[in-house]
Amino acid sequence: MWRSEGVLNALLLAAVVMCSLSVVTSQHKARKLFIKLQNEKERAQQMEVEWGQLQLEQSTWATPARVEKIAAQQLQMQLPKNGQVQFIRVEPDGRANRQP
Amino acid sequence: MNYAASAHPDITAKLPGWRATALFVALLLGLAGLLGRGIYLQGIHDDFLQEKGNARYSRVIEVSAHRGMISDRNGEPLAISTPVESAWASPADVEADSHQIKQLAQVLGMGAEEIKSRLSDTSRDFVYLKRHLPPDQAGKVASLNLPGISLQREYRRYYPAGEETAQMLGFTGQDDNGQEGLELALQEWLGGKSGSQRVIKDRRGHIVEDAGSLHAPKPGSDVVLSLDRNVQHLAYRELENAIKQHHAKAGAVVVLDARSGEVLALANYPAYNPNNRGKVSSQAMRNRAIADLFEPGSTMKPFTVATAIEQGKVRPETVINTEYGVYTVGGKKIHDSHPESMLTVAQVIQKSSNVGAAKIALSMEPEVLWQSLADSGFGARTGSNFPGEAPGKLRAAKTWRPIEQATMSYGHGISVNLLQLARAYTIFASDGELKPISMLKQDTAVIGKKIFSDRTAQALRGMLELAVQPGGTAPLAQVAGYRVAGKTGTAHKLEGGHYVNRYVSSFVGFAPVSNPRLIVAVMIDEPDNGQYYGGLVAAPVFSKVTGEALRALNVPNDAPLDNVIAPTADIVAEEV
Repeated sequence: MWRSEGVLNALLLAAVVMCSLSVVTSQHKARKLFIKLQNEKERAQQMEVEWGQLQLEQSTWATPARVEKIAAQQLQMQLPKNGQVQFIRVEPDGRANRQP
Repeated sequence: MNYAASAHPDITAKLPGWRATALFVALLLGLAGLLGRGIYLQGIHDDFLQEKGNARYSRVIEVSAHRGMISDRNGEPLAISTPVESAWASPADVEADSHQIKQLAQVLGMGAEEIKSRLSDTSRDFVYLKRHLPPDQAGKVASLNLPGISLQREYRRYYPAGEETAQMLGFTGQDDNGQEGLELALQEWLGGKSGSQRVIKDRRGHIVEDAGSLHAPKPGSDVVLSLDRNVQHLAYRELENAIKQHHAKAGAVVVLDARSGEVLALANYPAYNPNNRGKVSSQAMRNRAIADLFEPGSTMKPFTVATAIEQGKVRPETVINTEYGVYTVGGKKIHDSHPESMLTVAQVIQKSSNVGAAKIALSMEPEVLWQSLADSGFGARTGSNFPGEAPGKLRAAKTWRPIEQATMSYGHGISVNLLQLARAYTIFASDGELKPISMLKQDTAVIGKKIFSDRTAQALRGMLELAVQPGGTAPLAQVAGYRVAGKTGTAHKLEGGHYVNRYVSSFVGFAPVSNPRLIVAVMIDEPDNGQYYGGLVAAPVFSKVTGEALRALNVPNDAPLDNVIAPTADIVAEEV
C-alpha cells in the first residue's frame, strides 16, 4: 500500500518537473520567435519606406518637364509638322487605306 | 515583574499593571496598521505597486502610421510621405574634437563655425543641427558615431510634380496634417492615426513579448485623383508662357473631362515650390481657379442665347436688329465694337455682340433667365469640396433692373469662378446635361442634370464652332486636326465698385466638336502688353493646351490636319 503510493508520487513529481521545464523552454522559444517576428516586421516597414522612396525617385526622373527637355535638346526630337503626318484608316476587313 | 522584584529584593518596586497592557495594545495597533496597509496596497489600491512593477519591464511603444499617398488617375504619385532623419545634439553631452566637428560639418553641408556656435549653448538639452536629411546623408552622420549627436525620425511629404500641382494639392504642416488644398479637403482619408502597443522588454532592451495593443495604428488611405499629370503639365506650361508673354498678373487653366465632369488639370500661375516652401506669399498659395471670382464677360452669352432658344423666343437663324452697335437701356448705352445693323442669333455668338445679347435677354422674364443661370450652376458652389471655394454672385431676379438684366446677358454684374464656368460648359459639350464636378477618379458613368434640350445644345455647339473660325472672335483657338468650339470673354475689372481699365481675358471651349472629350477654360488676369482681348490672349493658350492634351490622351482626329484657317482680316474684337 505504502509502496505503490510512493511510486505514484515519484511519477507525479517527475511529471511536474518535466512540465515545468517544458514551460520554461517553450516560453523561451516563444520569446525568441517573437523577437524574430519583430525583426521581420521592422524589415517589412523598412522595405515599405524604401518603396516609397523609389517611387518618389522614379517619379522625379519621369517628370514631364524633364522628359520634354531631354527629348527636345539631347535627342533632337520634335513634333511632326502638318505635312509630315498621314492618316491610315483600317477598314473593317483589315485592309489599310491611305487617306489623302 | 517577579523577576524585577527578585533581582532587587529590598526595593519593593512594583511596576503599574497598565504599562504592560499599554505596550501590548500599542503593539497590537501597530500590527493592525501594518495589516491594514498591506491589505490596502495589495487588495484595494493595487495599481500603484502594479505600476511600479510594470515599470521594470513593460513599455508602451508608439506604432507610427503614415499618411496616405495621393496619385493621379494613372497611378503616378503626386504626394508621398517618406521618413527622413533630423540630426540633433545635446550640447552638454557632445564630445568631439575640432577635426570631428569639421567632418560633421562637411557631411551636413554646413559651416564648422555654425555648428560650433549651436553647440556652445550647453544649457539647452536639445538643438536641431539640420532637419530632414536625405537617407544617405543621415547614414553618414550615424557612421561618424559621435556621442551626444543623434538622429530623429520624422515624416516629410514630397510632391514630385512641384509647382505644377502646388495650389491644387496644398500642403501639410509639421505634424503631417493637411493645411491647404486637397491635403486639407481629404484629411479624413489621408491622415494616419498612430497607435500604441504595450510590450515587455528584457534587460537589453529587446522586445520579448507583446502584451496587447492599446490602440491599433490606422494608416492613412491612398487617394486617386482625377488629375492627369501630363495634362496638368501641359496646362501649367502653356499658362506660364502666356502670362510671361503678356506680362499678366496671374492666371488659371481648368481642363475637364466633358463626359464625366472630372477635373483633369487645374493649373495656377504664379505658383510656388511645395517641396521647399520657405517664404510663400498667400497670393501664390491661392487656387485662383476656385477661390477667386471674376466677371465672366462674353463667355456668359451662350447661356442667354440657349435660354431664349429653349423658351422659343428665338431660333438660331432669327435676325436681330443690332442698331449699328449702340443701344440704350434705361438711360445707359450698350456698345458693340464692330457695329452691324443686323445679325442672326448665331452671329451674335460668333461676333460676340453685346447689343444682340442684351436684346435677347430683355425678351425674357427676369425669373426665367435667373432660373436658367442658377440651374447652370452659377451663384452656387460646384460641389468640388475644395477649401475656400468662392460660390460667385448671382443676384435674385426680383432686384434686377432692365439695364442689369441686359448687362448680365453678356456677363457683367455677375461673378463666377473659373471651375464653375468650365463646369457650366458641360451643358453644351454634352446634350444639355450639367455634369457634377469631381476631383477624384470616377469609375462609374456619371449622370448629369438635364438643363437644355438636345436640340438647343446642338444649336449652341454649332454657334460656338463658328466663333473660333475666321469671322468669329477667336480664330486663334483653332487646333490642327480637331474641330473645336468655344467663346471668348474680356471684362473690365471691378475695383471699389467702379470698372477700371484693367482686364480679365478668358476663353472657354471644348473639343472635338463631333464628340466632345475635353473642356478647357483659360483665365488671364490683367494682361499688360497691349493686348487684352480674350481672343488674342486666352484663345492661343486654349489652342495649345487642347491640341496637346487631345494628342496625349489619344483622341481620334475629327478633322484633317490642315484645317486651321488663318484669319484673313483682323480678328473680330469684342466690346468689353
